[in-house]
Amino acid sequence: MLKTASVLELAGVTKRFKAPDGVSALTAIERVSLEVRAGEFVAVVGPSGCGKSTILNLVAGLDRPSEGRILLNGIPVEGPNPTVGFMLQKDLLLPWRTIVHNVEFGLEARAISRAERRQRALRELQRCRLQDFAQSYPYQLSGGMRQRAALARTLAIEPAIVLLDEPFSALDAQTKLILQKSFARTIASSAITTLLITHDLMEAVIMSDRILVMSERPGQIIEEIPVDLPDRDDPMARISAARAREYVDHLLASLHLQEKAA
Amino acid sequence: MSASEVTAAVERATTLSAEPVARAAPPVTTDHPAPVPPTGLASPSSILLGSLGFGILFLLAWQFLPPALGVPSYIIPTVTDLAHEFGRMVQRENLMVHVVSTVTIASAGFVIGSLLGAAMGYVLGMSVFIEKVLSPYILGLQIAPKVAFAPLFIMWLGYNAWPKLVVTVLVVFFPILVNVLQSMKTADRDLINLARAYSMSRMQIFWKIEVPASMPALMAGLRIGATLAVIGVTVGELVGGNTGLGYLITFGEGQANTAMVFNAIVLLTLVGIVLYAVVAVIEARVLHYIPRAMR
Repeated sequence: MLKTASVLELAGVTKRFKAPDGVSALTAIERVSLEVRAGEFVAVVGPSGCGKSTILNLVAGLDRPSEGRILLNGIPVEGPNPTVGFMLQKDLLLPWRTIVHNVEFGLEARAISRAERRQRALRELQRCRLQDFAQSYPYQLSGGMRQRAALARTLAIEPAIVLLDEPFSALDAQTKLILQKSFARTIASSAITTLLITHDLMEAVIMSDRILVMSERPGQIIEEIPVDLPDRDDPMARISAARAREYVDHLLASLHLQEKAA
Repeated sequence: MSASEVTAAVERATTLSAEPVARAAPPVTTDHPAPVPPTGLASPSSILLGSLGFGILFLLAWQFLPPALGVPSYIIPTVTDLAHEFGRMVQRENLMVHVVSTVTIASAGFVIGSLLGAAMGYVLGMSVFIEKVLSPYILGLQIAPKVAFAPLFIMWLGYNAWPKLVVTVLVVFFPILVNVLQSMKTADRDLINLARAYSMSRMQIFWKIEVPASMPALMAGLRIGATLAVIGVTVGELVGGNTGLGYLITFGEGQANTAMVFNAIVLLTLVGIVLYAVVAVIEARVLHYIPRAMR
């Protein structure tokens, strides 16, 4: 991997929330440091409730860290930031808008002309292979297509980094595979810097360049695993590679899932 | 829009009218949103035939049963009595003037009440503080029987159109306020966070997310408001003034003219149905993006 500038950097980030009793504090993540370089695809895995989504909210600027620094292209994150694109398990498409109008949504806070907005939205739909559905409404699309439309909306703002928070977890197994491939192709062909948050170990292995393993709450990064496999743009090829299985076994071991099941 | 589309819209709306805010949250969509035809039911045409048949049977029973049982026509006039009386009312009682008056006040009160209710709902939805401060009073006023204010308004405003209009506005106002407020409070946090992440301003979030997201609840409120508007105007006319279908009810009562009372009630119902149908048509246009099977 070429050594390139880091797009996202978290340095010793801790986030505490007020516990429901209002007095004690709940530490969601503790001294998390990570780095995502330009064009890199990094996956974060961990048990549920380990603060994966807290990281996402902090990077998106929707929440502030209690301690530590978050840098985007070397600039501290102070609030919602137009250079971050994020996607959740829910597609969050506005049901009253057509697909192309949905893709334009993220651009509407910016000073660009209506015509340019439409042009960029159509370009993104082309990239996500949805150009034929530009005038459809979300309910007319399948779950997988809606997630692709959500990716198009995310990419339309030309983000420095894309945060994916379990974007495939609501889909059935086959749609999931097809969509993983579709996303991988789009992301690789445009060299988009990506941080994927997931609880699906195989997904982390087949999609990323590097995996960060988090502990249970308070979430800390306990291991970093570079994924040395070819075909990052084709998860279907990776999934059948024998070594992918080895990575998953390794992750199972470091998350102590076997002991927990016993 | 054709007549059959209108009836279809009315039917769809009727099935939901009992649940004012049931549709505030966007419906959970599946991978296969194709409308599913109702199974285990008869075909639409046989249902229509059944409804028509029932109506005809009912009218026949009304026409022939009371005389057969010896009920005099000044207690229950027959259908043909009503038709005769209707013709007389058109010629002798200026029926059209009364109808126009009732329709005008009901529509105006409905529109004004809806606008005020929706505006207030959005304002309270934007400010948690104001909402919390005012909520006990809103609840109180919501429970208070608004039509009971009618005599008060007549004392204040006189025997003219104003008290009727004010009562109508007041009864329409609350269900719409409550529905809009509820939808503002239950707006999808993730959608709002998405807009925030895109650096949208509070007003942009309001216009681009909260207002469109409130449309199903607003429409449900309008449907309730449409039926209440007729009640409001009727009570206003019953209590004071000398115009409108509500006035004809008291006038007919004074003359022991049962047929006139019945006719006025039928006409008031028709006014309500038309108002309701107009709302249903508007709703079908506004909520076109919700698949039919889910409405």
